Amino acid sequence: MSNLTVSPSPHIHSKDSTRSLMTDVVIALVPAVICSVVFLGLRELLVLAVSVASCLLLEWAVTRFMMKKPSTIGDMSAVVTGILLALNVPYTLPLWIVAIGAAVAIGVAKMTFGGLGQNVFNPAIAGRVFLLVSYPSQMTHWEAPQGLFGADAITGPTPLGAIKEGLLQGSSVKDIMTEHGYNYGQMLFANIGGSAGEICAIALLAGFVYLLVRRVIKPWITLSIFATVALTSLIFWGINPDRFTDPCFNLLTGGLILGACFMATDYVTSPMSTKGGIIFGVGIGFLTVMIRYFGSYPEGVSFAILIMNSVVPLLNRWFKQKKFGRA
Amino acid sequence: MKNTFSIGGIHPHDNKISRDCAITPLATPPTVYISVAQHIGAPAQPLVKPGDKVKVGQPVAEPGGFVSAFIHSSVSGTVKSVGPRADLAGKMSTTIEITVEGDEWMEGIDTTDTLVTDIPEDNKATLEKIRLGGVVGLGGATFPTHVKLSPPPGSKCEMLIINGCECEPYLTSDFRTLLEKGEQVVIGAAIIKQVLGGVPCTIAIEENKPEAIDHINEVIAKLRKISPKYDGISVMTMKMRYPQGGEKQLIDAVMHRQVASGGLPISVGAVVQNVATALAVYDAVQKNKPIIDNSVTVTGGCFPKQANLLVRVGTPLSYIIDSLGGMPSDAVKVISGGPMMGKAISNLDAATLKGTSSLLFLTAEETMRKPESNCIRCGKCADACPMGLEPFLLNKLSRINDVEALEDNAAQDCIECGCCLYSCPANIPLLDIIRMGKAEVMKAIKSRQIKK
Ligand code: SF4
Ligand code: SF4
Repeated sequence: MSNLTVSPSPHIHSKDSTRSLMTDVVIALVPAVICSVVFLGLRELLVLAVSVASCLLLEWAVTRFMMKKPSTIGDMSAVVTGILLALNVPYTLPLWIVAIGAAVAIGVAKMTFGGLGQNVFNPAIAGRVFLLVSYPSQMTHWEAPQGLFGADAITGPTPLGAIKEGLLQGSSVKDIMTEHGYNYGQMLFANIGGSAGEICAIALLAGFVYLLVRRVIKPWITLSIFATVALTSLIFWGINPDRFTDPCFNLLTGGLILGACFMATDYVTSPMSTKGGIIFGVGIGFLTVMIRYFGSYPEGVSFAILIMNSVVPLLNRWFKQKKFGRA
Repeated sequence: MKNTFSIGGIHPHDNKISRDCAITPLATPPTVYISVAQHIGAPAQPLVKPGDKVKVGQPVAEPGGFVSAFIHSSVSGTVKSVGPRADLAGKMSTTIEITVEGDEWMEGIDTTDTLVTDIPEDNKATLEKIRLGGVVGLGGATFPTHVKLSPPPGSKCEMLIINGCECEPYLTSDFRTLLEKGEQVVIGAAIIKQVLGGVPCTIAIEENKPEAIDHINEVIAKLRKISPKYDGISVMTMKMRYPQGGEKQLIDAVMHRQVASGGLPISVGAVVQNVATALAVYDAVQKNKPIIDNSVTVTGGCFPKQANLLVRVGTPLSYIIDSLGGMPSDAVKVISGGPMMGKAISNLDAATLKGTSSLLFLTAEETMRKPESNCIRCGKCADACPMGLEPFLLNKLSRINDVEALEDNAAQDCIECGCCLYSCPANIPLLDIIRMGKAEVMKAIKSRQIKK
């Protein structure tokens, strides 16, 4: 008898693998990583390194010693989580706190659910929110960074924090903006203080476009977040521009772009269908603006994503794609 | 906007390496093995016994039921045995073994190349000729053509679609047929059109075959000058996308109508026939020539000599392979059909059937499945599914054998195109698993129908 392989069809496979997709996400994050290191200095590089290394080490240890399975770190998803977490914290954060964030992201949010694909919440966001709640002062502490080339454009605090403070003291949005010298061109290219991932909107958007071109993700979730944030803040701003920030400001600050492009689009924790994705994005956009305007935290993207993560199973059940030849 | 179906689909590399190889007749083998189960439906009943002399084109088995077909000898010679033999799929089926002597054809078969362009008016007689010619759908399903062309009472055909998509990678036999036998294909289409009451006819060809599109357009223009019977036949250029050649997908692409779940094409007024079938209809009706041979693409990146061969039905695969220089040493899989839906074969002694369109050789690197990892819920399988199903969900439900939920989620609609498995980055064998679930649902549906 011949030794030919007999197996069911199909007999060929696309080149995509979990590893190749995650590697693409890492590549898409490279411009933002470079920007953040250039503007924030080598200390940011250290934060990145500690975050990625802790994520990898933890995942390796958990699969190896607790799940007793072959290690899954080769799929690159832990690297993605590590970078995202680092981009989501102040560059001044003590490194041990960074490691704790990584431990929560990987150990609690990802591996206890059974690893990649089983988790309900985006690990990086879960890690960040945990840190925000547990170490609020370190997490909202901003120092004017030196930058790699001694760039001096950057001064703390975060725009959203400044607005919240100012509003509490009774100033109008416009006054606060002029007082801090915020302008949108600057925000687009190199932000005015904020966590690393808020530094350069253009770099993040370039990464987003790369993911679209490589067909790693579809644009609907991100676009519906942007549209909803713009529309909701337009309405409030239109009613009272002294009390509420304008759409541009809301789009460019507080890690909205990072969250909308890279964290809300996480496969595992976002809905499957396009319809579900749009609802998911609208929810995130609306909640973000509401938390920013009315919540006690100055910014709301992380919370909004976390809340919407929890309704994904429902969205998956309610919004399925249309089946062929069925009403 | 190019024409294509509305849901899902994938774009595998088309790999038409053998596209420039003209169809050449393969020498008749010393022995042929003709199975009586070459079509969907009841196997045919043998008409010959060992020792009988047969000629090319002589019926050797007759239909074993309404949905069944004639089978003819593809050679002249002596019947050596009639008995069970392993076929391509590895199943035992009654097979007529014939020792070849000379090449003597049955009387009445027109073996010349003269083109017969007159379309016969008597539809009944035409259908009978198609039946006697043993014509079956050569696009994969091998459903007896005369049955398909006799729509059930109450249904109305509005369009004939000739499927020239050949959307499976590697395959080129339909493409070569369009180029080399374009006239015959169009005449065949006109015959079928006539049988169906003169409905419009669309010949669907994918954009990666521009030569074929141009050629068929010219042929149609030429034939139109001869007879008005050729009016209403046109070519439609389709976007390249798999599985465009799937019957439901093609009807959606051409007519923008979706056949309901469990429904037949005729329910939306469509009849689909493949290019090779149209040629077989031409042969049967105009030349009295039954299906005794068919074109087979022999290809693969590792195969030294690409070819499109005209092969007598019942030729052993090993004979074809040897005639082209033998098995490539690095091939680990031989596939009958395309890489997406074809069947892997281990028995090279098996012989070709009417519906055998290709032999594809793949190396380990090209075909080996990689180890499965966790589903990352990327939704790529669902995006790719042309039936709008959720393969990740069907996979889960099949593994726990939840037949009710499988049926609710339309596992029975799966056309086994393989798009989901092809796309999954976690290498989950989605279709392998879904097939099992689907089979369970089909069983449940059937037993319900029997109870009623
Ligand atoms: S094999 Fe079935 S489930 Fe998979 S993509 Fe094709 S139709 Fe959908
Ligand atoms: S393609 Fe594979 S990994 Fe992605 S959702 Fe489907 S089953 Fe899961």
